[in-house]
Amino acid sequence: MDAELEREFDRVVGAEQRIEPRDWMPDGYRKTLIRQIAQHAHSEIIGMQPEANWISRAPSLRRKAILLAKVQDEAGHGLYLYAATETLGADREDLTRKLVEGRQKYSSIFNYPTLNFADVGVIGWLVDGAAIVNQVPLCRTSYGPYARAMIRICKEESFHQRQGYELLMTMMRGTEAQRRMVQDAVDRWWWPSLMMFGPPDAESSNTAQSMAWRIKRHTNDELRQKFVDMTVPQADALGVTLPDPELRWNADRGHHDFGEIDWTEFWQVVGGNGPCSRQRIEHRRAAHDDGAWVREAAAAYAHRQTDREAIA
Amino acid sequence: MSFDNAYDAITDGAGDDQHWAFGTGFDDPLAGVDRAVPADTSAVDLSTYCLMLADDALILSQRLTEWCSRAPELEEDVALANIALDLLGQARLLLTRAGEVEGAGRDEDTLAYLRDEHEFRNVRLVELDCGPGPGGDFATTIARLLVFSTWRLAVFTQLAHSADPVLAAIAAKGVKELAYHRDHAAQWTLRLAGGTDHSRTRMIAALDQIWPLVDELFTPHPVEQSLPAIAVDPATARPEFDDVLDTVLTAATLPRPTVPPMSPVAGRTGRDGAHTEALGYLLAEMQHLARSLPGATW
Repeated sequence: MDAELEREFDRVVGAEQRIEPRDWMPDGYRKTLIRQIAQHAHSEIIGMQPEANWISRAPSLRRKAILLAKVQDEAGHGLYLYAATETLGADREDLTRKLVEGRQKYSSIFNYPTLNFADVGVIGWLVDGAAIVNQVPLCRTSYGPYARAMIRICKEESFHQRQGYELLMTMMRGTEAQRRMVQDAVDRWWWPSLMMFGPPDAESSNTAQSMAWRIKRHTNDELRQKFVDMTVPQADALGVTLPDPELRWNADRGHHDFGEIDWTEFWQVVGGNGPCSRQRIEHRRAAHDDGAWVREAAAAYAHRQTDREAIA
Repeated sequence: MSFDNAYDAITDGAGDDQHWAFGTGFDDPLAGVDRAVPADTSAVDLSTYCLMLADDALILSQRLTEWCSRAPELEEDVALANIALDLLGQARLLLTRAGEVEGAGRDEDTLAYLRDEHEFRNVRLVELDCGPGPGGDFATTIARLLVFSTWRLAVFTQLAHSADPVLAAIAAKGVKELAYHRDHAAQWTLRLAGGTDHSRTRMIAALDQIWPLVDELFTPHPVEQSLPAIAVDPATARPEFDDVLDTVLTAATLPRPTVPPMSPVAGRTGRDGAHTEALGYLLAEMQHLARSLPGATW
């Protein structure tokens, strides 16, 4: 029986069709998806913090509105990604518990601090840009609810990216102090952005199986190269210097060559020793714990209303 | 959908409001509205009145954004951000109007970032720390939102018929938003009052905490009295406010607070620029970057 179901699953995936929640799927596929989508949802929620850090101090009301709307979008992304995990039998409360106990990961990029207002623009341009390159192929991923969530998320991320870039353009046309802020932010975020594509292909443990299942469609190094090639002309147009002396066009390859990523720092940050690792988790844990009495009240109230309706 | 151009896949349908997960429409509520100062109207008074209404929204919006990434549930993070965005939108329209009527070249950002504490005209209710800071909690935030949105909705419903077409248009847009804010706060008041013993205790304490600043909302200011056909006399909003609060408190079986009003400072309150100690810190944080880089454009 299982062999027959598995053949059908393989056929659907092989034919580039979608697996839907009620379809049979291998346990490993389900677990991989829950892990990946939860990690993505956690990244959206933790990712609210570095940008929310500047909402109260945004230097114009227009920028404040844009930033607040963006952080709100991220909460929305987290919500529908958690909803996608629930179609696989996961539970949001349980996943949140795993996040705050450090048992599930989120994108390490959010363990870096936002130190000046240009960081808001650079996160939009580089971090959201890298996320888009990672995520656009996921719009064709084999699991239907995830693929559909990703289409909506990618549209909004691309909007955020353009807003971030527009902020940087405006700052570059401003005062000397503003230009210095932009360059400082680029210097701090460039390498972490390249790290967002994960370890080199040779060291990526999950890539092969995920590609066979069509959960993942391109290797880490392919996506990283794509991002570098896309970003270099944008940096030129902006008038900033990307902090890599080895970065240059290679006509033979038809791609940009770039320097070696500091993988020691990457593994340190992944391992929970990033500049803000403890702070981000503690912030999320505190918000969740402080809100427990509110969630309990809402649940008790809803329960009582249901009882009342049952009696009436 | 082509991987060769990551953007092909995501630019279809570009330019529509779908980019925003939970935003509302972006139609300009003032399109085609006559922006001239109405005849026989004091520009100084009208500008000041716009500042009062703008500052209420701006300062409460600033307070509500403090919840961002700290709300008890993700849905609430989205909702509070939405309310803060609505209020920020109201503030921007009103500040722009205040600057335009004043005629001294001050735009929304000049007014928001370069005025000092005593030049802010908001009621004291909006500037208090009602959580997530140490000054309050989620119940305090909800209690204030219930009182504020019920009051402002009653005022804006009348203001939508103002003799100033700009204020009327701003109020008409605001009415829809404020009705949602009031509903949201009322729903949470019911949940917290009827949830657990603990949440009920906190809801009662929250209403007591903010109640001393309620009377100030309904005290007419000379500026409001000088603009009879344009401004709303807030005292006339009191019956609707009392009715709505009675309905919500009765449904929630909550006692109506009996805490006496907070006294003015030498006869002056928020509307006159006499605030609580909380406002200075709020403004220091909000304004510091804008003031640090004079001449910068954002």
